[in-house]
Formats: sequence, C-alpha cells, structure tokens
Amino acid sequence: MTTEFTPYMSLGGGILIGLAATLLMVFNGRIAGMTGILGGILPPVSSDWPWRAAFLAGAIIAPMIYVMSGNTIGFSVPISTGALVIGGLIVGVGVMFGSGCTSGHGVCGMARLSPRSIAATVVFMVSTGITVFVVRHIFGGI
Amino acid sequence: MRILSALVIGMIFGIGIAISGMANPAKVLNFFDIAGSWDPSLIFVMGGALITTAIGYRLVFGTRSTPLFEGAFVVPGNRIIDRRLVLGSATFGIGWGISGFCPGGAIPALGLGYSETFIFVGAMIGGMVLARGIDTAVFKTAKA
Repeated sequence: MTTEFTPYMSLGGGILIGLAATLLMVFNGRIAGMTGILGGILPPVSSDWPWRAAFLAGAIIAPMIYVMSGNTIGFSVPISTGALVIGGLIVGVGVMFGSGCTSGHGVCGMARLSPRSIAATVVFMVSTGITVFVVRHIFGGI
Repeated sequence: MRILSALVIGMIFGIGIAISGMANPAKVLNFFDIAGSWDPSLIFVMGGALITTAIGYRLVFGTRSTPLFEGAFVVPGNRIIDRRLVLGSATFGIGWGISGFCPGGAIPALGLGYSETFIFVGAMIGGMVLARGIDTAVFKTAKA
C-alpha cells in the first residue's frame, strides 16, 4: 500500500523533534531518547522517574489534543496482530541491549557525533531495510 | 519546574513525531521499501531533526556549563562500539522492519487511540523488561 509523500509536514515535524531535543538538554540536561526515558519508569524504576513520566505523558497527550481539535494524522498498520506482537517484543529487547533507538542514537547521539550512536544508527537502518525487503519481497507480507 | 518543562517538551516532541509521519507504521515501512512503494518523507524527518539538534546542542554546550533546572548535563561518555551495541541495534532493526514502529514513534502514536499501538507498546515494554531480566540473570551488568 502506498502513502503520500509529505516533505513539508515531515520536515516541520523533524524540526519540532530537534527543538524538543535541544530544549530537553538546556532545561533538564537530558538526552531525548525514548528508550532511555521509558526504560527509567520500568522496573527497577529510576529515582528520577517523575520528569520521565511527565515527558511521556506530554508526548501522548499532544497528538491526542491535535486530533481532538479536528486535525487528522495518517495512521495505518499493514501487518497482522501476531506480527505486531513479535515485532514489539523484538524492538523492546533490541533497544535495551542496543542502549537506544531512533530518537536517542539516530537524532541526539548522531547530533553530538557519538561514535556509538553513529554505529548503532547505521546498523539499525541497514537491519530495518533488509528486514522490510525480506518481509515484503521474499515472504510477500506478514 | 523540571517536571513542567519535561511535560511541555514532551508535548513538542509528540506533536513533531505525529505530524512528521513517524507515528504511522505504513509510512515508516514504505520509507524502507525502496524496491516497492517507496515514500522518501522520512529523510526529511531525520534530516530536520538531526540538523536542528546539532545546531541546538552546539548552542547549549557552547554557552552553558549546566542545564537550567538540573545540576549537570547527563550525557553518555562511553565511546566504545561493542558487540552488545551492534547486536542490540541489529535486533531493534528487525523488529522495526517487521512492525514499522520504533519507541519514539509508538509512544506519541498512543495518543491517536488505535488499538494496534497499544498491542505493540505492550509487547515492546514486555521485551524491554525481558531484556533487563536476561541482562541481570545472565550478564549481571544491568544498570538501574
């Protein structure tokens, strides 16, 4: 299934993500990595969990307000529920051992030229590309 | 103040993710499907976020020695590329390629209210807790 090419909205969204990453550093002194922030509210819960919970709540509430105000956000899941559960488990294990994901390594870590983050980003982008190719063009979808 | 700032900044992050298309698995998967229904939009998300953050961090670290609401900047100092980082990242890519959801895309997507996101996030949190359990039991290197 195709999706519409949205360069302006995507660039605007990307700039907001970068703005949030910058602001979290200047105000809270923290990396805006979703894996790290979420990991800190899972057991064993980190002692600084309140700001983490607040960040997560804000990240969920804002899109909710946006769509409730009459705006639309494209959303479609082109895979089965079973694949969604397996994908979720694999993502959870991978980001924990890889110490980060697209936001932490791909944006914040790359922006400060961390060798670990550059390596992690190259590895997961290639791994994702290979997986999508295998799933769609060899298995024919899941 | 640090709680309030985290809430507001989380909102900016969430709206950025939502309008960028990162919260839409179909769009994310199409970005990686160069051999099929390719949608290059995510280059603009990654590029916009990366350039803005690089400039922003340069300004922050160039002008301040401490953040406004905390005592110190907390930035990872580890620079060693080890097997754990590479295998973990490769594993994450497999899951991202299957589902089209990454953690930063999925959490804001919860606010859109679709059941698929709740199923994914539940499984992802299960995977994170499982990984931490394996880590503590097998490698004894888990960090709080």
